[in-house]
Amino acid sequence: MQITGSIARAATQRTRWLTGGLLGALAILILVAYARAPQATTAVLTSTIRQSTPIILGALAGIMCERSGVVNIGIEGMMLIAAFLGFLVNVWTGNLLLAILGALLAGGIVGAFHALMAISLKVDQIIAGTVINILALGFTGYFYQQGLTTQGKLVPVEIPLLSSIPLLGPVLFANPPITYLSLVLIIVIHLLLFRTRWGLRTRAIGEHPAAADTVGIAVNRMRYINVIIGGMLAGLAGGFLSLESVGSFERNMTNGRGFVALAVMIFGKWTPFGAWGGALLFGFANTMQSQIQFMQNRLPPWLAWVGQLPPQFIGMLPYLLTIAVLAGFVGRARPPAALGKVYEKE
Amino acid sequence: MRGDAPVVLEARGITKRFPGVLANEQVSLTLQHGEVLALLGENGAGKTTLMNILYGLYQQDAGEVLVRGKPVRMRGPSAAIRHGIGMVHQHFMLVPVFTVAENIILGAETSRGPLLDMAAARRHIHELSQRHNLAVDPDALVKDLSVGQQQRVEIIKALYRNATILILDEPTAVLTPQETDELFVIIRSLTAQGVSVIFITHKLREVLALADRIVVLRRGRVVGETRPREASERSLAEMMVGRSVILQVEKQTAHPGATVLALEQLSLNDDRGQQVVNALTLDVRAGEVLGLAGVQGNGQTELVEAITGLRPVRAGRVLIDGQDYTGAAPRRISESGCAHVPEDRQEDGLVLGYSVADNLVLNTYYVAPFAHGIVRDGQAVLHHAEQLVAQYDVRTPNVTTSVAALSGGNQQKVIIARELSREVRLLIAAQPTRGIDVGSIEFIHQQIIAARDRGTAVLLVSAELDEIMALADRIAVIYHGRIVATLPATSASREQLGLLMAGAQPEHL
Ligand SMILES: Nc1ncnc2c1ncn2[C@@H]1O[C@H](COP(=O)(O)OP(=O)(O)OP(=O)(O)O)[C@@H](O)[C@H]1O
Ligand SMILES: [Mg+2]
Repeated sequence: MQITGSIARAATQRTRWLTGGLLGALAILILVAYARAPQATTAVLTSTIRQSTPIILGALAGIMCERSGVVNIGIEGMMLIAAFLGFLVNVWTGNLLLAILGALLAGGIVGAFHALMAISLKVDQIIAGTVINILALGFTGYFYQQGLTTQGKLVPVEIPLLSSIPLLGPVLFANPPITYLSLVLIIVIHLLLFRTRWGLRTRAIGEHPAAADTVGIAVNRMRYINVIIGGMLAGLAGGFLSLESVGSFERNMTNGRGFVALAVMIFGKWTPFGAWGGALLFGFANTMQSQIQFMQNRLPPWLAWVGQLPPQFIGMLPYLLTIAVLAGFVGRARPPAALGKVYEKE
Repeated sequence: MRGDAPVVLEARGITKRFPGVLANEQVSLTLQHGEVLALLGENGAGKTTLMNILYGLYQQDAGEVLVRGKPVRMRGPSAAIRHGIGMVHQHFMLVPVFTVAENIILGAETSRGPLLDMAAARRHIHELSQRHNLAVDPDALVKDLSVGQQQRVEIIKALYRNATILILDEPTAVLTPQETDELFVIIRSLTAQGVSVIFITHKLREVLALADRIVVLRRGRVVGETRPREASERSLAEMMVGRSVILQVEKQTAHPGATVLALEQLSLNDDRGQQVVNALTLDVRAGEVLGLAGVQGNGQTELVEAITGLRPVRAGRVLIDGQDYTGAAPRRISESGCAHVPEDRQEDGLVLGYSVADNLVLNTYYVAPFAHGIVRDGQAVLHHAEQLVAQYDVRTPNVTTSVAALSGGNQQKVIIARELSREVRLLIAAQPTRGIDVGSIEFIHQQIIAARDRGTAVLLVSAELDEIMALADRIAVIYHGRIVATLPATSASREQLGLLMAGAQPEHL
């Protein structure tokens, strides 16, 4: 028993070394790139962070739901409805803070609806999520009127001193509010899940609800709250799209990001930092994709053929990458054991 | 002896009804300070249900529960925990991917500020395991522990919540004899420190060795109370079942025929890639019962899985009737006339969400009379189920009830009925009577011997030496993945087998 314990510890040690090594190599690569082309490197990294923001927020939403045992493939729909409501509040009041709250509220309400279907009405959870996605598309499409004009969007806030550090400053400390918030939330949710009472209980009800029940944990109540929190995180992702990134609403503006978020959650093995890695990868691919299309005529000769490709192919790049990563690298990702199962005691 | 100790827990007129069954009817019992109360009863008698009510998991339909003389309404397990009641469940309630410490503190966590105080938890666990002599590594993952160790975790879990009343539901069903002895030492030291224990088991020998008082349930009612001094295994069995029970199965000498199962130089890995079976050679002949004796974890589990097609073979061959079945699909092996009673009934033996009737045809649903071409014959399935349920005395409201709602022992009987009712050449039975009451053990043993006499080859894997001694014609002892000795049952003694199982060299005996 002592031995198995130390084997487990040795294994985590090894993954730590590996992750550390990878991060180190990445840092060196970035520094080399920065030394050769400081402006381009900064631009690419800044854009990577922005592009990854809705993805990581969506993935955090998925993590909160699925760690507690509820499948949520409705993140896409939650994001879309929240993006729309946040936009409407912005149009009506012109107050961006109220608009963010509107997006959060919308996400929370759709989350509660998902919880109601999945936990109390015992609807198959995949179907419940699909219902949300379809509803969201129909609802926002129906009520959206062309010609609504926004009242501005969230702008970058530079943090004094920190933002003047070379490279790190512009990339990390000159972001708009929801992007900052997402970075903080990664840490907060990591701590919440792995270091607090709430997190321990959440993971327990996702793994073995009967065991949690026998020590007096209210399984279904905790699931409700986690799914609602997840909905609010998805709502924040939607708010990012309409209030911070675009500053307006477009039909189906989520454009599959909710599904990419799910992929990223699985890639990250249901952990916030792992998912962040996946989200950054997707953000980077997305950035490169738009950079390539942008620089089409100025590519170096050995890359000229890339410029000849139809833009649709280049646009596919991030999604192809997602598929490749999911199929190839993830290996044995183990979802929470009670994921998708209704809990009934008698 | 403890006749005048105060009553710490009392059930008064408890009645509990499930759809189609009266699980408890007007049950009353008392538990005194510092005693071990043994609760006996057939499978489905209502023991687990009653304990779940005392622990607040189920709500009774009538009657009341008193803790230290005061009536309390148990709205949930937290109420029971507050009143000092702890329970170790028949099927363990541990999160496999959590560490020991995480499992113990779950629901009773201490925090420093917003974060869990794991250091304090570890200290407290260490202190408890010292005081009660329950060695555990707080940082080991539960899924890496043996069942005996997991049980220790469950007991510490209860003590961590300051339980003074401990309910143990069939704690010894999955333990090796050594682990059972250790558990008894632990229980005695707990009662010496003022803990009161309710202990459920089907093993009468344990009841006589450990209990201060014995209460017997039958079909949901209390049918008697006695003390070990006034009882014997025979009288207890009779009280439980309501008729006299033959504790030792009667059998004639075997007439072994041709070899049915032959294992040649078989080597296997466990789930973690460690080699656990080493070039093992063994054969079982038609018309004999070969008992495989060994301490749990010496490769028996993997061996059975490999024979039945559930585990890849690293090297060597599995022959059935001379044909090579190494690495064949489970269905092909089953169709060759091989029946399998798996060790873990809920994991490998049943589909818990399916009905009793469907579980009874899990390996034959696609052939006549249960199917004609691609069309299933539901009527035939139901009819078949009704026959088997009656024959094997499975206590269930009806055959369409989901097996998840059956008591542990009745779930086991469903598997036994399915596997023994088919004409087979080879029967692989791993722990076939785990969790089964004495009355049904008698019947199952008779069925196994009857199958043997019809010419079936039987490989019996059991942690119960009594069962091996009672049924086997030859006994093979497995140790560290090798057969260390094979002896005729008539010349084997408990002591000799015990030594061999512990790794003694046969030539030194
Ligand atoms: N959750 C449930 N739903 C429906 N019926 C149930 C449920 N739990 C138990 N029962 C029924 O109640 C009766 C008593 O079951 P219980 O589990 O208390 O028996 P037991 O005495 O513990 O038996 P065993 O020795 O086999 O564990 C059985 O007939 C069983 O089918
Ligand atoms: Mg029971």
